[in-house]
Amino acid sequence: MHRNAKLTLSVVAATSMVALSGCTAAGDDGGGDSQSLKIVYQKTDSFTALDTLFTKIKPEFEKANPGVTVDLEPIQANDDDYSTKLALSQKSEETAPDVFYEDTFWLRSDIDAGYLLNIDDQLAEWDDWSQFNEGAKAAGMGDDGSVYAVPLGTDTRAIWYSKPVFAAAGIELPWQPTTWDDVLTAARAIQDTQPDVVPFNMYAGKGTGEGTVMQSFYELLYGTGDTLYNEDDQKWVVGSQGFKDSLEFLETLYAEKLALDPSEALDPNVWKKVFGELFPQAKLGGTVEGSYTPSFWQTGGAYEWPAYTEDMAVAAFPTQNGEEPGGVSMSGGWTLAVGAKTANADLAFDFLALAVSQENALWYAINNSQIAVRTDVASEDTYLAANPFVADVTKLVDVTHYRPATSDYSKISAEVQAATEAVITGQMSVEEAAAAYDTAVEGIVGADTVTSK
Amino acid sequence: MLPLAPAVMLLAIFLLGPVIWSFYGSFTDAALSGSSAQDPQWVGLDNYLTLFKDPVFPLSLWLTFVFVVASAIIGQNVLGLGIALLMNRASTVVSAVVGTAVVAAWVLPEIVAAFVAYAYFSKDGTLNQVLAAAGMTGPNWLYSFPMLSIILANAWRGTAFSMMVYRAALNDVPVEVTEAAMIDGADGIKRLTWITIPMIKNSIATNLMLITLQTLSVFTLIWVMTAGGPGNESTTLPIMAFQEAFKFGDIGYGTAIATVMLLIGAAFSLVYIRALRPEKV
Repeated sequence: MHRNAKLTLSVVAATSMVALSGCTAAGDDGGGDSQSLKIVYQKTDSFTALDTLFTKIKPEFEKANPGVTVDLEPIQANDDDYSTKLALSQKSEETAPDVFYEDTFWLRSDIDAGYLLNIDDQLAEWDDWSQFNEGAKAAGMGDDGSVYAVPLGTDTRAIWYSKPVFAAAGIELPWQPTTWDDVLTAARAIQDTQPDVVPFNMYAGKGTGEGTVMQSFYELLYGTGDTLYNEDDQKWVVGSQGFKDSLEFLETLYAEKLALDPSEALDPNVWKKVFGELFPQAKLGGTVEGSYTPSFWQTGGAYEWPAYTEDMAVAAFPTQNGEEPGGVSMSGGWTLAVGAKTANADLAFDFLALAVSQENALWYAINNSQIAVRTDVASEDTYLAANPFVADVTKLVDVTHYRPATSDYSKISAEVQAATEAVITGQMSVEEAAAAYDTAVEGIVGADTVTSK
Repeated sequence: MLPLAPAVMLLAIFLLGPVIWSFYGSFTDAALSGSSAQDPQWVGLDNYLTLFKDPVFPLSLWLTFVFVVASAIIGQNVLGLGIALLMNRASTVVSAVVGTAVVAAWVLPEIVAAFVAYAYFSKDGTLNQVLAAAGMTGPNWLYSFPMLSIILANAWRGTAFSMMVYRAALNDVPVEVTEAAMIDGADGIKRLTWITIPMIKNSIATNLMLITLQTLSVFTLIWVMTAGGPGNESTTLPIMAFQEAFKFGDIGYGTAIATVMLLIGAAFSLVYIRALRPEKV
């Protein structure tokens, strides 16, 4: 009996390990005290601009507000893990930040969760707010029409292609495809002339996460005339032809080996290879990437490559058959917000305002290759001259789309990623993957919230 | 009973507490973000109903089963017993060298062992370099054979534990009994099946229970090596629970999966405890 009791105890102990292994909370001890501000943001080996900015303005702010300490708490993680860690820290007053860096992707969901402070009152007294363009003012708005966050900048997506590779394939430069077929034709020409070059890569699969949809799938889908979400009915679209056509395009790209091998494409770090190795070594024809691309290559970037200004070029991603408006882009961007659990809302807002002042916003737009959202920054000569592509990518604002970032969005996005992965790995046919997506979406939002148009 | 009180209290707070919380959480729509993060609602059996309809769940259950049987019950257990038996007959030097090599994998922190295994199996890793030296081109193991890779890695890492348990158990087998069997004409295989194994039966059952529960909850190794992919081809239950809870922010659903794992672990343990019962040791 005694032995059994001990065993039962160890069963309880060991099975609890199973349960516990899933739950690890980020347990930083935080400062809820009113004379210190806790600033939480992301920092990675390829994204240090915000850290540099905050480190620069910290002494400035502390000098202007005697007795106040600014605690900078960078989280070193990729985008997905950053949002998870941030959300976990919001759960308790002890760990919740006063000011934090927030993706527009999570914004509406986090507003629903009550993590963000309504800053309408503070904005009303802030003269600089009138300098922000209308799109930027809407970016931080919740479903209730109040503003909860101030954007640091925005971005667009375009085709980035290697001039030496295209020239060697006999493609006329500058290149601007008008249909999907033009893209495939160019890719096949590169494949025929340069067997050791990856002709045209587009992200797919769950490894690249939100990059898969923002820098690949949506450029396709929004060029078919179909959408992911019907804004008028507030319903998710299922069973659309555009969805299948988009999957089919990716299937063609991967099946014909025009893109990277699926085993490499599914690696979450594949983008490092794209920016760090393939483009600089002229081993990649083209890809769809964000307007922030030069930030990786310019001086001080993660993969310095001065020749990018000569070797790279930008083209708008085409619509399926050349339909109006002749190009597709996607926009996202990051914001700064004040935590709902802050003990000193006005002080926190002052720090936020300093971070996005004209001078600091200009510095950030140049050093992080952002598309400026302040009109007094967008008109600065130094901003326009930051890299040769500013004008090209800024123009794409005219044809850009925004994600339907409702609170269900992250799950739906994951299902789109799963569909692309199933198709490029050959686990499912296009029809099967689209049907699996439809079922999954209905499971997430319910049969009442889906539509077939 | 009184001296046990602190221990029982610690167990209640740190082990029973999370178990009960996980059980409770699985009946709510608790989430990382969205309106249910602010005010989780009781949703009854919804999470479990969704789980049983989820096409990934049966696959994940099957993969977990394969992983536990292949890497723990067969891999670690049989390999551990085999090495322990051979070490009993080997010279002190050989047995010390083998023992150190096997235990080295066990001593490594899990994350380090996971990176080592990743470096070994990855496309340009050690294994493929060795194969290349022999004139063969190895596949991308982690992508083409994800389950095989994580099973081998876990067997490699965990064998030391079984080996140590069995070495201790074998030392307790009285030499007289084995010698008597030898005089009666029993050969090596017969002595193993009729003398040694029955005498270390309790150690086998205890070892099986511990490694089963340990392997059921392996997370870091798989996460680092394949992250559950490609597709869902190596998504065992811990990986699925983590993805649902922290990647998609659905804490309620994630804890429902954790609770199912808890029940599976408890079921395995009951089987092993039963196996121990008839012997009045």
